Amino acid sequence: MEYVSPEGLRLDGRRPMEMRQIRAEIGAVSKADGSAVFEMGNTKVIAAVYGPRQVQNKSQQMNDQALVRCEYSMANFSTGDRMRKPKGDRRSTEISLVIRQTMEASILTHLMPHSQIDIFVQVLQADGGTRSACINAATLALADAGIPMRDLVTSCSAGYLNSTPLLDLNYVEDSAGGADVTLGILPKLDKVTLLQMDSKLPIDILENVMQLAIEGCKAVANYIREILLENTKQLEFRRGV
Amino acid sequence: MLHNKSFVKKTRAGRVMKQVREHYLRDDIFCGAPFCKVCDTSSARLSESPSTILVLDTNVVLHQIDLLENLAIDDVVVLSIVLEEVKNKNLSVYNRIRAICSNSKRNFFVFSNEYHRDTYIKEMSGETKNDRNDRAIRVATQWYQNHLGSGVKVLLITNDKENKRKANDEGIHAETVETYVKSLDRPDLLDLLVRPSEDIDMEEVEDLRPSKRKVIYIEHKPMSEITSGLHRGIYHQGKLRVNRYNPFEAYVGSESIGDEIIIYGRSNMNRAFDGDIVAVELLPQDQWQEEKSLSIACGDEDEDEDVHLAPNSADDAPRTIPQQGSSGEINAVSSRPSGRIVGIIKRNWHSYCGSLEPMPMPAGSGGIVHALFVSKDRRFPKIRIQTRQLENLLDKRIVVAVDSWDRQSRYPSGHYVRTIGEIGDRDTESEVVLIENDINSRPFSSQVLACLPPLPWSVSSEDLSNPIRQDLRNLRVFSVDPPGCKDIDDALHCTALPNGNFEVGVHIADVTNFVHPGTPLDDEAAQRGTSVYLVERRIDMLPKPLTEDICSLRSDVERLAFSVIWEMTPEADVVSSRYTKSIIKSSAAMSYVEAQARMDDSRLMDPLTTDLRNMNSLAKKMRLRRIERGALTLASAEVKFQIDTETHDPLDIGMYQIREANQMVEEFMLAANVSVAQQILKSFPLCSLLRRHPTPTKEMLEPLLRTAAAIGLHLDVSTSKAMADSLDHAVGDDPYFNKLIRILATRCMSQAVYFCSGELSPPEYHHYGLAAPLYTHFTSPIRRYADVIVHRLLAASLGIFKLPPIFQDRGQLTSISDNLNYRHRNAQMAGRASVELHTLIYFRKRPTDTEARIVKIRSNGFFVFVPKYGIEGPVYLTTRSEKGGGEWYIDEQQQKIKKMDGSLSYSILQSVQIHMEVVEPQPNRPKLQLSLI
Repeated sequence: MEYVSPEGLRLDGRRPMEMRQIRAEIGAVSKADGSAVFEMGNTKVIAAVYGPRQVQNKSQQMNDQALVRCEYSMANFSTGDRMRKPKGDRRSTEISLVIRQTMEASILTHLMPHSQIDIFVQVLQADGGTRSACINAATLALADAGIPMRDLVTSCSAGYLNSTPLLDLNYVEDSAGGADVTLGILPKLDKVTLLQMDSKLPIDILENVMQLAIEGCKAVANYIREILLENTKQLEFRRGV
Repeated sequence: MLHNKSFVKKTRAGRVMKQVREHYLRDDIFCGAPFCKVCDTSSARLSESPSTILVLDTNVVLHQIDLLENLAIDDVVVLSIVLEEVKNKNLSVYNRIRAICSNSKRNFFVFSNEYHRDTYIKEMSGETKNDRNDRAIRVATQWYQNHLGSGVKVLLITNDKENKRKANDEGIHAETVETYVKSLDRPDLLDLLVRPSEDIDMEEVEDLRPSKRKVIYIEHKPMSEITSGLHRGIYHQGKLRVNRYNPFEAYVGSESIGDEIIIYGRSNMNRAFDGDIVAVELLPQDQWQEEKSLSIACGDEDEDEDVHLAPNSADDAPRTIPQQGSSGEINAVSSRPSGRIVGIIKRNWHSYCGSLEPMPMPAGSGGIVHALFVSKDRRFPKIRIQTRQLENLLDKRIVVAVDSWDRQSRYPSGHYVRTIGEIGDRDTESEVVLIENDINSRPFSSQVLACLPPLPWSVSSEDLSNPIRQDLRNLRVFSVDPPGCKDIDDALHCTALPNGNFEVGVHIADVTNFVHPGTPLDDEAAQRGTSVYLVERRIDMLPKPLTEDICSLRSDVERLAFSVIWEMTPEADVVSSRYTKSIIKSSAAMSYVEAQARMDDSRLMDPLTTDLRNMNSLAKKMRLRRIERGALTLASAEVKFQIDTETHDPLDIGMYQIREANQMVEEFMLAANVSVAQQILKSFPLCSLLRRHPTPTKEMLEPLLRTAAAIGLHLDVSTSKAMADSLDHAVGDDPYFNKLIRILATRCMSQAVYFCSGELSPPEYHHYGLAAPLYTHFTSPIRRYADVIVHRLLAASLGIFKLPPIFQDRGQLTSISDNLNYRHRNAQMAGRASVELHTLIYFRKRPTDTEARIVKIRSNGFFVFVPKYGIEGPVYLTTRSEKGGGEWYIDEQQQKIKKMDGSLSYSILQSVQIHMEVVEPQPNRPKLQLSLI
């Protein structure tokens, strides 16, 4: 199938190097310590962060660092057909683990020993790239909760279809069977914290695709920073400083 | 600007789902006019100052693609919505319009109206998809007119009356194709036009009386009924294949009943063409017809069997239906299901080569004339066309495309596309052969030629110092090829080692050193697939400098090669084998005759001759071993022409003579291929390109066994070994008998095919004819693309080069191997057609009497095979007028045809004297006629 037309437009009208429209909102769950909604096109994810707080299960408590837990789930209404998804299936366990590890890499856990940080992410609407959207939402929520971090982790996916590297795959492109690279970086430190790929790619092409994904992550990081800045300004304003 | 598209879609399981897709509308899509002040003109495609810009409607693109391909139509804007609709309706037209759009010589611009902020429109409530798209086209046209201002006329070309009316109402210039072409004042273009169906007066050619205007074919069932019928199992879906030798008989291979359904007659075929995907309904069992093929031609029209080349494999041969219970049972109803076509799921119409049926010139020339077109390929029915240039076309070969086939019309209607040349002219007829077999004989494009290394080319110091390349220039390498061969892709060497063994090397031209994956050169070669050898010319797969110079392993020049080198004992056992890229310098390029003469001349004792003799003795041992394993020695009736160098007319034909030297070279090539196949499969078990030859089934061998039984010969066909042995023992009272049996045996087998190793399981890799578990093609990369792929695989398996990315995509590799099989087959067909053509030219001036063998018995005559000229054709015992006069009857069991009074009888394989002569029953339709003396 033709995913990129000879005119250089993708099925949804984007060019290969363009991301979908992104939108973020801080403070969607007021009960939580920090929360955010993150949208990439039609993918919509909500994240809530509790903590640092007392460790619930004493046996898991660590004396030198904080315990980070993450739970990922998909709302039953997130895809078109309503399907009851059992909690804790393989896919969501895996994504929970991936998000936890990615976030753990940036949280300064050694500053908060004997405590626990819970990250809950839920996909409200799925249209490809849920993994990336979840990480971005979690970053925002962590920042909103005021948890100390090395850097803002951001994530973006990229793929390779019709011999063209494509940024930020949507569901149709994702299910085309080509390679799908999900990348998470620490943009200021220029370090990669997450790299996953479905299917295979020759190494030189992978480098191109990865470079594209890095560009995408940086763009997301700029946007997130803007949102946070704006949020801080509002907080400042409310305090009347 | 973001916008969500939402629509409902039926899933494969039959559930209806709502789908929501994002749809981004852009402001950076440009109009493509170089004179535009607002837009970015870097990608502009339209001409500098056009007077009119055409916007095409979908129906125009779908039906008038032949017109659009004409250079007279230019400055066209193709909207993306039109492309999308065309793609959904007809993929081949879509590919053609895409090719025009990407052709830099044409000013066709694709405007992505669906993604442009100002031209995207939403479906209104109550509006059908079609109306919405028509409106989108009008909106885009309007936008163009406003955008470019009044200096340019933007003209919407549509054949949809409603659309045209609405466009005119909205103040858009709109015209139909006819009026536009007429305004161009180019009468020759008018012939290219497809007339909308309501304008065609169907009966004008056949009959003008209204009483005769009757429905000839039953109506096709609507698509919904077909789908449900297929579901319920009353209809069967499959691809229609028309018998090459009898256009009134066709087969539909159906998966649902696991057998082929036979369709007899045009009315049962119900307007389907060869290659169409059709829905078939089975006829009640009592209507299943006993095979009709017993008589040579079904004469409900004036078509009959022609003399043609003897077929080389089961794929070429006319299909014979295995007879059930042929002994004893009279009145047996055929067990083969027959059916009739109730609907056509997908049309496979393309353009056809042929000529107009001779007809008297109507009074008052210059007007529109209806004529009947007869395709050269007999599988297609006659096609009715309209023309204004009848007097020009009558004696020409022309190309015609099909437009529609109405229920009331015996023949489909079509339109003229172009003229090839005069009938009977050798160049024209060769061109027809190429077109019919879908062979691209166009010169290579400039992009392809740009990939060639600069000329004159020679081995560079870089090549010499390259560590992957071994310097073998010191070896005494030589090549043996047919005389006059310019594309030498293989060379050999054979050195005696101190330990008594021999070092034997096969050196193959290193084509992949020049043809890099992903380049236009590589794409072109992959598309062509193989070089095509016609009698008088060769159509190369690679450009001439590569074929005849840079890659060709000519004598006394340094060339790059890919070498397979074995150490062999004098008993021809392989001790070790290795593969390497190399540099060689051939010391002699011999012809088969030369090499043979050297070996035979006992006075010659020079080193080269000694090498040849050593190799020959090794080859004989290898050959013997191969035959012991069960390899079949098959025979074909290959003929060779001697062509006049001036006029290119054939001077003489004769059987192709096979010498020991041929067999020697062949043996080492086979060994190299097998060796390479093992090596690449070891490294790439899932993506190797191999070649297999399927074991023939019992049914396929049935005609051979029947013939053999009739003459009292027992053939054991249980294994290839048994078959080879019984073929060896089949010695008759005359020397040609054994060869004849072998030719008949070869004909029963299907052809070997390329495949991707991941697609099949290892036992299926078997090559029956060579009795080899693995086989591939490695030795002719100059003329076969399969070898180029195998070269890349081998290089990758040695770690010299990376494997190109396409090998990671199994689907793509399979599609390449399918294309190779298709091209290979077409190249063979074209070669045969070319030989047939030259046979005709040869006998035109030389009526001949010769000996022939009867190979097939029919109720009104028999087929004979003429060994000397390699042709096969019918000999009629009864004349056409007294059809089935009852004078002759067939003895099925003994395969004999006898005269009623017993005075005369002919049996199968009997030798008869025949007279061959070219006759012209109709003007411009020469054919070769065989008659008994």
